Amino acid sequence: MAFPKAQRWLLAALLLSGGASALSGSIDPYFLDVVMGVGVGIVLASSLNLINGFTGQFSLGHAGFMAVGAYTSAMLSTVVAPRTGLGPVALQWVFFPASLVAGGAVAALAGLAVGAPSLRLKGDYLAIVTLGFGEIIRVVLQNVDAVGGARGLTGVPAHTNLLWTFGTASLTVYTVWALLESTRGRGFLAVADDEVAAEAMGLDTTRYKITAFGIGSFFAGVAGGLYAHLKGYLNPGGFSFDKSIEIVVMVILGGMGRHAGVVFAAILLTLLPEGLRELGSRSIPNPFGGPAWSLDWIKDARMILYSLLLILLMLLRPEGLFHRRPSRRPSS
Amino acid sequence: MTEFLQQLLNGVLLGAIYALIALGYTMVYGVLRFINFAHSDVFMLGAFVAWVSVEKLGLPTRSLLGGLGALLAAMSVCAALGVVIERLAYRPLRRRSTLTVLITAIGVSLLIQNVAQSPRLGFGPNPRAFPELFPSSQLHVGGLTVSTHQLGVLAVALVLLAVLYWIVHRTRIGTAMRALSFNATAASLVGIDNDRVISFTFGLGSALAGAGGVLYAMNYPSIDPLMGTLPGLKAFVAAVLGGIGNLPGAALGGLVIGLVETFVSGTRLSTFRDAIAFGILIAILLFCPAGLLGKPKVEKV
Amino acid sequence: MSASAPLLQLTDVTIRFGGLTAVSSVTADVREGELAGLIGPNGAGKTTLFNLITGVYQPTEGRIDFASAGTAGRRPFHLTGLGIARTFQNIRLFPSLSVAENVRVAFHRHLRHGVWHSLLRGRAFLTEEAELAERALELLGIFNLERLRDAPARSLSYGDQRRLEIVRALATQPRLLLLDEPAAGMNPSEKDELMRLIRFVRDRFGLAVLLVEHDMKVVMGICERIHVLEYGRKIAEGSPAEVRADPRVIAAYLGD
Repeated sequence: MAFPKAQRWLLAALLLSGGASALSGSIDPYFLDVVMGVGVGIVLASSLNLINGFTGQFSLGHAGFMAVGAYTSAMLSTVVAPRTGLGPVALQWVFFPASLVAGGAVAALAGLAVGAPSLRLKGDYLAIVTLGFGEIIRVVLQNVDAVGGARGLTGVPAHTNLLWTFGTASLTVYTVWALLESTRGRGFLAVADDEVAAEAMGLDTTRYKITAFGIGSFFAGVAGGLYAHLKGYLNPGGFSFDKSIEIVVMVILGGMGRHAGVVFAAILLTLLPEGLRELGSRSIPNPFGGPAWSLDWIKDARMILYSLLLILLMLLRPEGLFHRRPSRRPSS
Repeated sequence: MTEFLQQLLNGVLLGAIYALIALGYTMVYGVLRFINFAHSDVFMLGAFVAWVSVEKLGLPTRSLLGGLGALLAAMSVCAALGVVIERLAYRPLRRRSTLTVLITAIGVSLLIQNVAQSPRLGFGPNPRAFPELFPSSQLHVGGLTVSTHQLGVLAVALVLLAVLYWIVHRTRIGTAMRALSFNATAASLVGIDNDRVISFTFGLGSALAGAGGVLYAMNYPSIDPLMGTLPGLKAFVAAVLGGIGNLPGAALGGLVIGLVETFVSGTRLSTFRDAIAFGILIAILLFCPAGLLGKPKVEKV
Repeated sequence: MSASAPLLQLTDVTIRFGGLTAVSSVTADVREGELAGLIGPNGAGKTTLFNLITGVYQPTEGRIDFASAGTAGRRPFHLTGLGIARTFQNIRLFPSLSVAENVRVAFHRHLRHGVWHSLLRGRAFLTEEAELAERALELLGIFNLERLRDAPARSLSYGDQRRLEIVRALATQPRLLLLDEPAAGMNPSEKDELMRLIRFVRDRFGLAVLLVEHDMKVVMGICERIHVLEYGRKIAEGSPAEVRADPRVIAAYLGD
């Protein structure tokens, strides 16, 4: 047994990303942009899945961690990188990944800062506190002029490519999967199911929750860094509660605690707004003759559709679209 | 000194508004153990209903009757909306996990906000000027400047609080509400129709939120579909501060938050004003989750 | 470790919740390898005592010593690592996990691999995982549950769920096993089987068992020593025969 199956999948995914990346010069840039956005979405959704879906800690502040990572790595690229005197190749292939990891690390620290005190809180309260932290991060970023304040941060070099996005996405999914697929990893689920029983069976529930927050926020931070170097600019408003909700919807739609489901949901929900935007710029020919019917109301409707989707999901199918795992009842 | 008293007055007024909204949060939490995320949007709709009744339906501005009419319209529409939301979105999920209902509440909140923001279906995202509802003038009392609007806010808030007190303590349905908040099973066993009481609670809480919206708009006369988020959040903090589920606590909490916010706005930290509300919330939940007047819960193992 | 010091020692243990004193000045002990019972009318404080022993609650007064070391301020998971395991009055299995997984999580305190090992998945990790899977099956086999190993824990019959809880507690390698009403909801033949299994488990693993039970036949049948609680106080202690004849115990159960 030279190389266990899981690692083989990971390696294949990485090679595929690398290959696609090398060919990316011949792909339409808009399409490329969207696809890389999907990769970032997968990282965000999988990392939140660890916290929300598997460990049952309902976090509504994931966008905050993304913001921390985004700003950290963007600041490194715009402020530190020019002073190092490194050439473009080194910047893209050495400095950039290092800045992503740095962004992730700072985000992980933020995750620990949020997770640690929130640990005693249950359900609604934990959700509110994480929401609060997410908003505090946004407000702080909006008011600190050194990182651009409300005007945002611009001039971030476009280092993100297919290899980095899908490589990271593969790594994230692998990490969450590998973490969970072990005796120790099953403990996350036990903690989500029943903390009292989990403690009684010798599980340090605090440690589990902190680990989930730490790892989850690390990857959110890396996703932020990827995002920053994809868009080229950052605006604190883009990391608001709305963004956190988008990621939460991905996790719920995918079925909290389903690896593949969450990936599909991330792909679907990242492509959906793009699809809607495309659709909205078209028009349907009018069957009664006369001017074609414009579909541009669809653009406005995106968030309305989102919220309806959320409500309907909860009413009709809270286990998500790809469910196998039963919907969990909380310990009363 | 007069500066201080002026700020005190402003703080009390703001606090009264927060108290009205906080009461809605706390009442719903009391009977359902759930945080109604959509409450802040009902607050916003209250302001808009009043706006519509003046701008579109022709109620007179600057008149006592017109103002009261707009207020009543806002309260009735919001009450009805609250009942409808509960019936359609929350009641079917009564037996599911609290997280499912919470997410649904978030969905409802987002839905209301985005419909209101939509140019076609709602009011569009831009802020609008809120008309003067009541006849306004300035009074000068001992160096302080008080507008009749502010007095109006205070008067309405006090009347509503008194009415609420009367309902909760002197009517059968109020007693039923209190019973439900202590023990839902026992309440149904003694013949209380839980569903009806819950609907009533939602209606009542939403009416107060609607009133809060009108009063808020009277003092800060620019309304937009997202205006509910921050006041709603602060009112929520107020409810938690007072001890969630505790009615006098919500009123007290509202007052405290209103005063803190007013005094902070006068300092250099004012841009962080909103983050401070979050900070207080986090501090309460971490150090004193039962709030000022609440009772700590012990989980039975 | 001296043979004379008991495995578990409660000294004057009291706990108050606001105005309510749930347990009052209870002094009791459980010896190594002993099969002990804890009985008393409803509301006597038996489960509260379990919660105190396992660290879920901290005593307001008094002390608890396990293996001659104080347990004050220790979190439950730590005490489990020291050798105290329990089942719950209202079954608390992990519904998301399968039968085998419920048992495997309980191996937690004795795991050799850490987080990094799960990620790297080297040979040592895979070997340990295989070992653990086998051990779980073994334990399940004792209680005849191994055929259900992949079934979701929720799908088991009530009696099987109770027994699974015991298996899960055993997986933590305890020196003291606290069973909270293990016979609840069982029919007579299941109870007989349970009694046999408890004795077997005690003999095979050399652990002490403290049992809360309402079924007197079970208690009198297997317990070597019985402690009796009423309204949070200990009112009697002794062998089954002594306790059965004790007038205070009779009065407690029959009322005044």
